[in-house]
Amino acid sequence: MSSARFRNVARSLLVGTAALSLAGCGINSVPTAEEKAKAKWADVQATFQERANLIPNLASVAKGAADQEKGILVGVVEARAKATSIQVAPGDLSDPAKMKAFQEAQNQLSTSMAGFGRLLANVEAYPELKSITNYQMLQSQLEGQENRIRVAIRDYNGAVQDYNTTIRTFPDAIGAKVFYGAKELVPYQSVTPGAEVAPSLQGKL
Amino acid sequence: MLGPAGHPAPPRRFGIVSLALLVMWGLVMAGLLLFSASLRAQTFPQLTGRVVDGAQIIPADEAARLDQKLTALEQQTHRQLVVATVASLEGYDVSDYANRLFRNWQLGDKERNDGVLLLVAPSDRKVRIEVGYGMEGIVTDGLSSIIIQQEILPQFKAGNIPGGIEAGTDALIKQLTLPPDEAAKIAATAKPKKQQGVPLGLIIWLLFFGFAFVLPMIRRVRGKTYQSSGLGQIVLWSVLNGMTSGRGGGGGDWGGGGGGGGFSGGGGSSGGGGASGGW
Repeated sequence: MSSARFRNVARSLLVGTAALSLAGCGINSVPTAEEKAKAKWADVQATFQERANLIPNLASVAKGAADQEKGILVGVVEARAKATSIQVAPGDLSDPAKMKAFQEAQNQLSTSMAGFGRLLANVEAYPELKSITNYQMLQSQLEGQENRIRVAIRDYNGAVQDYNTTIRTFPDAIGAKVFYGAKELVPYQSVTPGAEVAPSLQGKL
Repeated sequence: MLGPAGHPAPPRRFGIVSLALLVMWGLVMAGLLLFSASLRAQTFPQLTGRVVDGAQIIPADEAARLDQKLTALEQQTHRQLVVATVASLEGYDVSDYANRLFRNWQLGDKERNDGVLLLVAPSDRKVRIEVGYGMEGIVTDGLSSIIIQQEILPQFKAGNIPGGIEAGTDALIKQLTLPPDEAAKIAATAKPKKQQGVPLGLIIWLLFFGFAFVLPMIRRVRGKTYQSSGLGQIVLWSVLNGMTSGRGGGGGDWGGGGGGGGFSGGGGSSGGGGASGGW
């Protein structure tokens, strides 16, 4: 029972505890949560992109429609161009201004698509629309895509919540501050009230 | 952060140091536990079988018939189709509820995500086909919508809910069934899954724990001097890496109920594919 032995035991315990407490301090959990949020954000952007890709099909549906509808369609196409031109890189997820610009562009597209959908909803007024067999398919595709967007946003916001909780709570907050200088990420929220509601093409088919 | 410095500690102070270390360790562990226990709120019906009739609307003979068909489908294709009725959507939108339920049940294989859920909420007059990530190319939104509009809703509107469920299930099975040659391929590669109860992370942890603590102690008992080398610390780091990263991932793919009495999801997920309808 020499003091040297105690010293060794103490030292190995110290090393172990230091490592443990460091690991508990967010060395791993902070980047893990951050990467998860970034991946979920990529999903959000992908689902929005897929929605934008459906818009040319809208154009083909509206081919036989009157001039008034074509005017609205131009609005949709412009909103689409704007929405697809704004992307938020994973590194900018903590930048509220960039997130807001993205959200506004997408919300505007949602609104103009909803307006277009309302016109198409009254299918009886447009006999030529009825002849397009793809109409029902397109409607379900659009609805499905809106649903995917909602799910992707929910997942992203969940991941952001996890990350923000991680970097603000003990003990991970220590590592988040000391090693990573972690900033809170911005959750996705619809700026325009009701814009998250699917642009409904609900026709009486 | 590093706690008391590791300078020569006299025997008397060792007790205090170790107590402090113990407290720190306890706090770290408590933090880990709290983190993993958070965020579990909504309750869902239990996945009791391939037909979960929460709304008590499917007659027993039809439930048995459906179960038989669904079992046959899963044996042929490994694809997991579950029919569920719920008494209430608890205020959720049907697509939202179906997605959460799907994820809660983890239908389909973890890798292939090949689960499909047919959800009927008679009191809310809503129906949804929720499609796993991997099935979106086979059961497309358009097809789901057509099945709902043409097979399910006409019967529902006529008041025949069990009939609509069966018609919808048949249509889904028809789409999900593989051509015989592909099915034979799956049958040939299928092997009963053997599951080990011990997770890999635990084994690694124990192994390195042995290296980091037990081995040095043994050496010390034998009178050799132990240098707290860089290697020991690196080893410890790897242990901790393994521990913390293992904490998040759900263990193993407890495969979709092949043969055994119980039935469970296989870890699959859905991203909101499918279609909804109301009547």
